[in-house]
Amino acid sequence: MMTTRWIEVSVGAFVVAAGLAFLVLALKVSGLDYNTDEKSTYTVYAHFNNVGGLKPRAKVTMAGVTIGRVASIEIDSKWYDAKVTLKIDNSMKGKLSEDTSAMILTSGLLGENYIGLIVGAEENMIQDGGEIKDTQPALVLEDLIGKFLSSMGKE
Amino acid sequence: MPYADSLVEISNLTFKRDHRAIFSDLSLKIPKGKITAIMGPSGTGKTTLLRLIGGQLKPDAGRILVDGQSVPNISRKDLFALRKRMGMLFQSGALFSELSVYENVAFPIRVHTDLPEDMIRDLVLIKLESVGLRGARDLMPSELSGGMSRRVALARAIALDPELMMYDEPFVGQDPITLGVLVKLIRQLNDSLQMTTVLVSHDIDESLSIADHVCVLSGGKVVAEGSPDEVLQSEQAEVRQFIQGLPDGPVPFRYPTGDFAQDMLGCN
Amino acid sequence: MVAQLQQIGKRVLDIVAGLGRSAQLLIAALLGISYVLKNFRLLVKQVYVTGVLSIAIISVSGLFIGMVLGLQGYSILVDFGAEDALGQMVALTLLRELSPVVAALLFAGRAGSALTAEIGLMKATEQLASMEMIGVDPVKRVIAPRLYAGIISLPLLCIIFSVIGVWGGMLVGVEWLGVFDGSYWGNMQASVNFGHDVLNGVVKSIVFAIVVTWIAVFQGYDLVPTSEGISRATTKTVVHGSLAVLGLDFVLTALMFGDF
Repeated sequence: MMTTRWIEVSVGAFVVAAGLAFLVLALKVSGLDYNTDEKSTYTVYAHFNNVGGLKPRAKVTMAGVTIGRVASIEIDSKWYDAKVTLKIDNSMKGKLSEDTSAMILTSGLLGENYIGLIVGAEENMIQDGGEIKDTQPALVLEDLIGKFLSSMGKE
Repeated sequence: MPYADSLVEISNLTFKRDHRAIFSDLSLKIPKGKITAIMGPSGTGKTTLLRLIGGQLKPDAGRILVDGQSVPNISRKDLFALRKRMGMLFQSGALFSELSVYENVAFPIRVHTDLPEDMIRDLVLIKLESVGLRGARDLMPSELSGGMSRRVALARAIALDPELMMYDEPFVGQDPITLGVLVKLIRQLNDSLQMTTVLVSHDIDESLSIADHVCVLSGGKVVAEGSPDEVLQSEQAEVRQFIQGLPDGPVPFRYPTGDFAQDMLGCN
Repeated sequence: MVAQLQQIGKRVLDIVAGLGRSAQLLIAALLGISYVLKNFRLLVKQVYVTGVLSIAIISVSGLFIGMVLGLQGYSILVDFGAEDALGQMVALTLLRELSPVVAALLFAGRAGSALTAEIGLMKATEQLASMEMIGVDPVKRVIAPRLYAGIISLPLLCIIFSVIGVWGGMLVGVEWLGVFDGSYWGNMQASVNFGHDVLNGVVKSIVFAIVVTWIAVFQGYDLVPTSEGISRATTKTVVHGSLAVLGLDFVLTALMFGDF
């Protein structure tokens, strides 16, 4: 009887320990960020001439603060540019003006690409499913070097 | 056939394993309320026969009737209901190693009945008492000697008072004292509980001393059948060889092979 | 030549038949869920045997693997001046790959082989047969609780492995090598995504748990009931289980993280 009791207690403790460990993973390790819950975000689209090395799940920031993620990147066969779907945190809903600009930035010299947003001055706000019209494509290093070389050549 | 009433009827049974026929066209009747010993040299499929009766194996052809029900053809539910009326003592005892002696004997009672705990306790103690091991109830199977674990297994097999009790080689590897106890127990249980007993064995003296009816198997067939005395006096070569323990006879000493002299010379 | 072809054909047929028997066993055992729930104590007992008794080996391995990751990661990252990203590296490596895979490999060696040997011994000593004669289906009574216990235990062990590993990485990185602990945790939290990394890791370990325990109980149930048969079957459990984990890991990784 004593051993059955011990087995039950230790199995219970095992399950509790694993539950606590899961909680640690959720809160401490992953910081359980907002975008896990689809409902707490809204969708905004942006078209770019060139996304460079931007990947799905890249950050969307404003003033350096992460406010969302890139959900998907696909080719728009009408305009032959990249259509990027952004999931923005609901706390920013109705606070991005229609002339907000989006640019693809690089963290550090070799770091990953992310999207930076800068709010404009318009009074109309972008709604769920709306579009950011003012975009700047990614800086492609080869293009830059090419331009630099050709301008050197002219001088 | 001196006994009109039979509990188990096997007719024209054929059973093959890996294309090798273990039984071919075997017919056998087991009389009700008696002890039937099924004897024969090892490798004649005596254990297999018990498993066929218990429905754990399916025959390739032939009928197996237990109390009028065809074992190979009945539904799983009916088979389990039928097995409730059968008890089987396995060669190794087959006690559940994770349960105590008490729980082992209680196991079939718990599975098949909804009796309250104190009644289960009474039943278990009665059964353990009948094999003389009431004092060992709290031991684990690993703490028992070979003879004791076989007796516990016997208590478990009779826990539900089966109508048909099957013993698979109960005498193998037992010391003379345990042997005597087992022989006495088998006889006692059969008479006091009005069971039908099937005993599979190749121990001639013990089996003949308690059996009412004897069947000798050889080569997948029944070669002799009758009372112990009739079998002892049988003139058949297979029976004589088995009973007298002659090394060579219809059952050859040598495994079939080529000529010995040629083999020694290295010629194939 | 014909004989060889026959031999190959027989081997192939044997393998296919074995797969068929193992699938039958898996389905029958999974359908035994109602019996397992009715006899909940059987399940608790098996979670103890497969899970609780594996905690020690899982914790120690998790700690050392986390520490090694901390050490190796630091020595690589420090060359790029990126040692602040140590937490991110340790956590992602553990959550996505190492804890599901290593925990499953250890589980196959520790719990899987024990399961195979135990079931095999029950078969060899006719316990399964006598259970059947008593009128209890051994698949429900013996196999199902063990299968479900394995499926429950391994994911829990995997979670414990991850946490201890992350802590071990911190021990080396922060306490010994002097990475700022704010950036260790901060970079980790910024880069680890709960759904994408943590849950996918758990999903992986659930898949591994099903496969490893399935292999273990099948090898035990299907073995030749002799001492040689048991030792061969335990070896097979570890070998087949480990290979299945590594192979499946590639497939699952490609499915989960392959969308660049």
